Amino acid sequence: MGEAGFYFIQQLLNGITIGSTYALIAIGYTMVYGIIGMINFAHGEIYMIGSYVAFAVLAGLALMGVDSIALMLAAAFIISIIITSTYGFAVERVAYRPLRNSNRLIALISAIGMSIFLQNYVRIVQGSRDIAMPSLITGGWTFGPADEFNVTLSYMQVVIFIITFITMTLLTLFISKSRMGRACRACAEDLGMTRLLGINTNQVISLTFIIGAALAAVAGVLLGLYYGVINPYIGFLAGLKAFTAAVLGGIGSIPGAVLGGLILGVTEAFTAGYFSSEYKDVVAFSLLVLILLFRPSGILGKPEVEKV
Amino acid sequence: MNNDKPLLSLEHVSTFYGQIQALDDVSVEIRAGEIVTLIGANGAGKTSLLMTLCGDPRASSGQIFYGGRDITRDDTANIMRSGIALVPEGRRVFSRLTVEENLSMGGFFTEEQDYRQLYRHVLELFPRLEERLTQRAGTMSGGEQQMLAIARALMSKPRLLLLDEPSLGLAPIVIQQIFDIIARLRDEGMTIFLVEQNANQALKLADRGYVLENGKIVLHDSGQALLVNKSVQEAYLGG
Repeated sequence: MGEAGFYFIQQLLNGITIGSTYALIAIGYTMVYGIIGMINFAHGEIYMIGSYVAFAVLAGLALMGVDSIALMLAAAFIISIIITSTYGFAVERVAYRPLRNSNRLIALISAIGMSIFLQNYVRIVQGSRDIAMPSLITGGWTFGPADEFNVTLSYMQVVIFIITFITMTLLTLFISKSRMGRACRACAEDLGMTRLLGINTNQVISLTFIIGAALAAVAGVLLGLYYGVINPYIGFLAGLKAFTAAVLGGIGSIPGAVLGGLILGVTEAFTAGYFSSEYKDVVAFSLLVLILLFRPSGILGKPEVEKV
Repeated sequence: MNNDKPLLSLEHVSTFYGQIQALDDVSVEIRAGEIVTLIGANGAGKTSLLMTLCGDPRASSGQIFYGGRDITRDDTANIMRSGIALVPEGRRVFSRLTVEENLSMGGFFTEEQDYRQLYRHVLELFPRLEERLTQRAGTMSGGEQQMLAIARALMSKPRLLLLDEPSLGLAPIVIQQIFDIIARLRDEGMTIFLVEQNANQALKLADRGYVLENGKIVLHDSGQALLVNKSVQEAYLGG
């Protein structure tokens, strides 16, 4: 394999890394849309909060003199998931549930307001400067000839693959096998009918927000450690990217969100690698425009069917 | 069950959808063990009546009692957990869920041993469903979906079964099967409120019937009496 081949593989690895975190965030958009038909535009901010909680946990543990990487990672994930889910739950209760029966546009505006509120809340409390995340996981494997371009697979990337894979597997098992997962699928298909079976659909909707926020928290921890820098504005772009991934794959479809995330991540990495990294966002959002123009239901989404 | 008091009663119920009045001072009684039918033309408010007693939408005035308890202001999910089950208009089975999953959604709150017993019972009532347990509900025929909708409702172990036009859009032979099942459920002691456009078959089966016109109850009598009633014959039985 020549240099070009190694270069290609490197971009692919980078793309899958970013793409899998987009997928984690995109699932939150797609599940909420699937059940209540609204875009939760505050979801990017939920991801950002996930990063900040992870930072607080890591900084706190460092102050306490804890130096076990496994312990720090576990604590960052668990505490971030718990606190971030609480935010996700609260956002739905405060900003969306009171508007459940009103026009969809009103809930959308409320979501944008919530997004601005959360961003500024973190900015005021934490400051708007960049914060450096401690680099917990460094190093990696190198493949290829030493004197030419070679492929680096960092340990952090491996951690991202493994954690994402475990999270997706757990989610899939929950949705397909568990009682509440079945209720989620039933709600996604016919919310009114599910309520007519005696099921408290508000609880199912809350659960959806909690799951979405938990996955965003996982992405927040992973991306925070991967990039090494966070600030109160990272949620905006990440949210838009994940939203693009959800639409690309077919909004409402969980496998679609995963596929969309990976395609978007890889596209971005190739644009950056072969063209210019300044154009990667242009290409990502051009993809959104194209998919909306030519296949609005997304890759795995079903065309809108009139319900009888 | 005390037979003097109705299992379900609507007393002077009116319902609005926004500005539009769907029900106007409607009173209906259903006693335990009866089949009561509600007939009326398209748009007369039959589905509105069923949905109002499920609490969706809530009655704007009047009262609804079930088992002696006032449920007028109850939440839909609570009403549907108190022993009332609905087979809705248009079936509304979960088409992307399997037949088995649809049944388990119906029996979401049913206790384990009741569940197993009901499960065997509905599969015995509808042997077709047993052949299709792992199939997605959306892939089945209309008649099979209707059977699934009834089976799903039965899984919650209801005392009162509400059926909204179960014969709609089905072939005559399937309609006959559905009515046979309804008769069998009555024989097993189920109380049934049957909303139908197929007035002839519904009245033959029913102990009593109500006729709804423009949101008002205009007639109320035994099933047999309504079958021979002149105005009912002209309006609903094809003269």
